[in-house]
Amino acid sequence: MNTEQYLIAYNTIVVKEVSRFTRIWIQTVLPPAVSMTLYFIIFGSLIGPRIGKMGGFDYMAFISPGIIMMSIINNSYANVVSSFFGAKYQRHIEEILIAPVPYIIILAGYITGGIVRGLLVGFVVTIVALFFTELHVHNYFIVFAVVFLTAMLFSLAGLLNGIFANRFDDITIIPTFILTPLIYLGGIFYSIELLPQFWQTVSRFNPILYMVNAFRYGMLGVSDINIVTAFIIIILFILALTGLCLFLLNRGIGIKT
Amino acid sequence: MNALEIKNLEKTYANGLHALKGIDLQVDEADFFALLGPNGAGKSTTIGIISSLVNKNSGKISIFGFDLDMHISQVKSCLGIVPQELNFSQFETCQEIVLNQAGYYGIKRHVALKRAEKYLGELGLWDRRHDISRTLSGGLKRRLMIARALINEPRMLILDEPTAGVDVELRRSMWDFLKEINSNGTTILLTTHYLEEAENLCKNIAIIDKGLIIEHTSMRQLLGKLNIETFVLDLEAPVSQLPSIDKFTLRLIDPLTIEADLIKGNTINELFYILTKHNIRVSSMRNKSSRLEELFIRLLNI
Repeated sequence: MNTEQYLIAYNTIVVKEVSRFTRIWIQTVLPPAVSMTLYFIIFGSLIGPRIGKMGGFDYMAFISPGIIMMSIINNSYANVVSSFFGAKYQRHIEEILIAPVPYIIILAGYITGGIVRGLLVGFVVTIVALFFTELHVHNYFIVFAVVFLTAMLFSLAGLLNGIFANRFDDITIIPTFILTPLIYLGGIFYSIELLPQFWQTVSRFNPILYMVNAFRYGMLGVSDINIVTAFIIIILFILALTGLCLFLLNRGIGIKT
Repeated sequence: MNALEIKNLEKTYANGLHALKGIDLQVDEADFFALLGPNGAGKSTTIGIISSLVNKNSGKISIFGFDLDMHISQVKSCLGIVPQELNFSQFETCQEIVLNQAGYYGIKRHVALKRAEKYLGELGLWDRRHDISRTLSGGLKRRLMIARALINEPRMLILDEPTAGVDVELRRSMWDFLKEINSNGTTILLTTHYLEEAENLCKNIAIIDKGLIIEHTSMRQLLGKLNIETFVLDLEAPVSQLPSIDKFTLRLIDPLTIEADLIKGNTINELFYILTKHNIRVSSMRNKSSRLEELFIRLLNI
């Protein structure tokens, strides 16, 4: 296959992935908009005014970047893990595996699908947020870079989960018991400066803290952590997960007998 | 040139099942080749390895001269696979399934659309191209998998039990279609449980049992090995007892039906002559089973 044919194959996977989640938008795009609206109502409008300022901003403005980031993380991850596992379960992953598509193209196609869903849901949640607070952008480049890279990272994580998953349980265990706690403890609803020193140190081992804070810096110009460190960590995770996923796909782990 | 050449192929699954014990196989270009064997013999494992869905332990496979380990992309480009199990998305339309497959092979959209029309049309699915695949009947789903496998116009088509669960009419029309594809130069490797199907379609044959090839020859030569054929004879009038005849073994199934074993060298005319002499008149006759089926049973000691 030549470059043009690779692009056709990549485009086919992306279109198929995007069609898949847009066809079922009531299950994929609407629920995060509803649940994030509830977050804004409960934490922002009802509890927020009693909390006062955080990081120098109204509580609603402070949590908005984190809530947007949470929806991006959840949806980019969920898209790839459910789609890849579904393809394995229904065995139509074989359609791609028997074709001369390199694994890097398969990976890129699925990851792009995850990024598109993450960004689309992030956009919808941002629109919802505008009904509750004014959003200012401190640095557009940082905002877009962090959003894109975070969606990519969690799409890769979703693919990794999908590769290893053999049962439906396997695609819910990681999001429920690992991803959700990391997100909630990643500084979405609070500044880690509020935590005792020990827990501040523990929090710094949570990669989501860096993404949430980098995004918050892009929006508000404040962050609990160094922005360069955040980008280095995100990129290192992306490289590591890409390498691991490609290694597993090349070995046929989770996709071949 | 060999379309397919397998040398010393071995596969042991993680559960310890030794599915293939060093098989050798050659399929000529433009051949219609049958790979037969009982359940669990290693047919699907062999096809799985050729289509790179199963990892082999050792051995060499080449397709049209391309080594599977060295030139996997070229090998995949030469192949069209129709698997035993349905393996398309149940939520996509027939046309989407076929066009997506074309996309994975890097085929441009306008070319893919023409081919989709051609193959879906030839397989009687064009009118249902916008139907969601799960709404199709079992036979049409199998046809859809054949159309999908042909979208890259492969030099070799591998069919793993393509007519399983398909009614007689649909099966016969699929035979005609496959014969035509083969006559246009496409090599076909077929596995099937319908031995009549293999006997009708295939020029060459291999029989695999317990991970070993136990027969690899032409269909004509294999059928030539059959020493005894069993015929079912329908009688004009009932009989209560059969005469004892040296050359033939006769069995009375019911007063109007007898079975006769015909050893190679004896003619059916001879049998009719002897029966007529004993006042037994035959109104019609047929083979008890296909000749290949009889051979298959004997080779495998079933």
